[in-house]
Amino acid sequence: MVTAETADHPATLYIDLHLIHEVTSPQAFTELEQRGLPVRRPDKTLATIDHSTPTIINDDGSRPFITEQAKFQVEQLLLNTAKHGITTHSWDSPARGIVHVMGPEVGATQPGMTVVCGDSHTSTHGAFGCLAFGIGTTQVGHVLATQCLLMRKPKSMVIWVDGDIGDDVTAKDIILAIIAKIGVGGGTGHTLEYRGKCFDAMSMDERMTVCNMSIEAGARAGMIAPDATTVEYLRGRERVPSGEEFETLAADWLTLTSDESCHYDREVRLKAQDITPMVTYGTHPGMAMPIAANVPIASDEAEQKALAYMQLTGGKPIAGVSVDRVFIGSCTNSRMDDLRAAAAVMDGRTVKGGLIAIVVPGSEAIKKQAEAEGLDIIFEAAGAQWREPGCSMCIAMNGDMAAPGELVVSTSNRNFAGRQGPGARTVLASPATAAASAIAGVVASALDVGVTS
Amino acid sequence: MSIKPLKTVTSKTITLPAANIDTDQIIPARFLTVTTKNGLGKHAFNDWRYNDDGSETDHALNGDFAKACQIIVAGHNFGCGSSREHAPWALTDYGIRVVISTEIADIFRGNALKNGLLPIIIEKSAHQWLLDHPGEEITIDLERAEVRLPKNGGTYSFNIDAFSRHCLMEGVDEMGYLSAQDDAISQFEKTRA
Ligand code: SF4
Repeated sequence: MVTAETADHPATLYIDLHLIHEVTSPQAFTELEQRGLPVRRPDKTLATIDHSTPTIINDDGSRPFITEQAKFQVEQLLLNTAKHGITTHSWDSPARGIVHVMGPEVGATQPGMTVVCGDSHTSTHGAFGCLAFGIGTTQVGHVLATQCLLMRKPKSMVIWVDGDIGDDVTAKDIILAIIAKIGVGGGTGHTLEYRGKCFDAMSMDERMTVCNMSIEAGARAGMIAPDATTVEYLRGRERVPSGEEFETLAADWLTLTSDESCHYDREVRLKAQDITPMVTYGTHPGMAMPIAANVPIASDEAEQKALAYMQLTGGKPIAGVSVDRVFIGSCTNSRMDDLRAAAAVMDGRTVKGGLIAIVVPGSEAIKKQAEAEGLDIIFEAAGAQWREPGCSMCIAMNGDMAAPGELVVSTSNRNFAGRQGPGARTVLASPATAAASAIAGVVASALDVGVTS
Repeated sequence: MSIKPLKTVTSKTITLPAANIDTDQIIPARFLTVTTKNGLGKHAFNDWRYNDDGSETDHALNGDFAKACQIIVAGHNFGCGSSREHAPWALTDYGIRVVISTEIADIFRGNALKNGLLPIIIEKSAHQWLLDHPGEEITIDLERAEVRLPKNGGTYSFNIDAFSRHCLMEGVDEMGYLSAQDDAISQFEKTRA
């Protein structure tokens, strides 16, 4: 922190890592230009292209952008970053990917850092014990120019999940259960900390899935204290030092924990054994339920409207509802753990006729690794499409979208009306559930299609 | 650049009572490929306002009454979802200066303040009054941090950070304040390196 907050002024917070992408940065660069300001720390800024990028390549090697404007937006990012000397994982980089997948993968995200990006899912990086949160474009400009932000200290909320989780329960199910419990606005004004055996036992991929969706509970940031799993994940990555220097750094990271008696403004507890595979049934992520349960009866007009939009009936099961599309990808669930889980379900099975299933890896590195493990062959043999990395149907701004009225089982993070295309109906789920639904052609769990883990 | 100053606003209100109006409703993602801030007002609440063929729906936001309003009264947890600053850009371009709710999402609230759009979190009873009296002319006094309701509706105060209030009233943005801390930032960088 450069200066602490007072009654009159917010604190000036120094930013250790600023991630940028094509959608929320162009107006910030224009602002700098108009003021004649340089980028203060290009070395602490890292860029990629992910949101507006096509996930297919034409036979002639060209990329079919949805509009000229989308293409221009990507070109603008490349021009801006080249001009200011900012490292950019563009088409030619083996590290290009969704910004929140790429950052940790190259080791740019490290414990104890302050990390920001013009993107609300920056909370993902909290999995490394970072204070990581999304900012708007004006603040992107502030960080480019001064490497700082003005901020008031948020309140704190701890989420304890004690006990062991069932074999068929994934990190996505845990976070959906948490959001269902505290509500979409439950974390507003707070930073979340996830604690308990459930998170200790998770891989980094799983922890990122959890922290990613902190914003769906209204919290700008969510974090998990670094431990041996964190250190081992980072060891050997491109942007971390090696040898002695790494060991010193790692020892430092391991001190970044909250002590047992730490005071929080709010405390929430869930029991791991109560959590089962989850799906959403409404038009915000708080409307989540166990896949085996019946759709809750609407208790007010808003819920009635949501159910009407989703074409679901309260009191009836959600399992068995017909599915048109399946999307496996996004910064929530496009990492190796996710793709392996989806492939395990699809292996030797066939996607239901007429259903479109697309699998979009989170980054070029993941694409390469998945192909080395033969996952692409499993997906394609099952009848799913294996795409180029990007945000794709999570935000549906690159042309990958559902038709009006179609039901999509999606591993992404938002089920808002129209998020995956005007009139599209989204059911959020884990990669295993999404893959199982692709096989069954209806909303189904892995268990329903005969996968026992 | 400087923002449009806001001291008092007297206007009739548009009520959008649904809870959890997210930024995908305020401005759908397919309009985010722009590289400038201007002209997004016509896409504000696009999917509520236009049919598939581009014709206007009969949604109140298309009416002349709404287009003359500067204040939106919205349901709980307005602006949840993405960090897109396109949401306040779209609202201000549509003509909105104030959004009132019982809860406003953090990132949206921050973005709004930086664009001359005042987010007000108000107590339930006043919110209910506003929902029960759509279209009434009300006054927002930022200096006193007050919402004044007509017809014996009463006067309610709201919380706003002193710094944000100053920036909004004077129409100054934060960049100047941050840039002025250049020495302190350099000093900080030295201690960290
Ligand atoms: S995958 Fe979705 S949530 Fe993640 S950065 Fe891309 S658009 Fe945002």
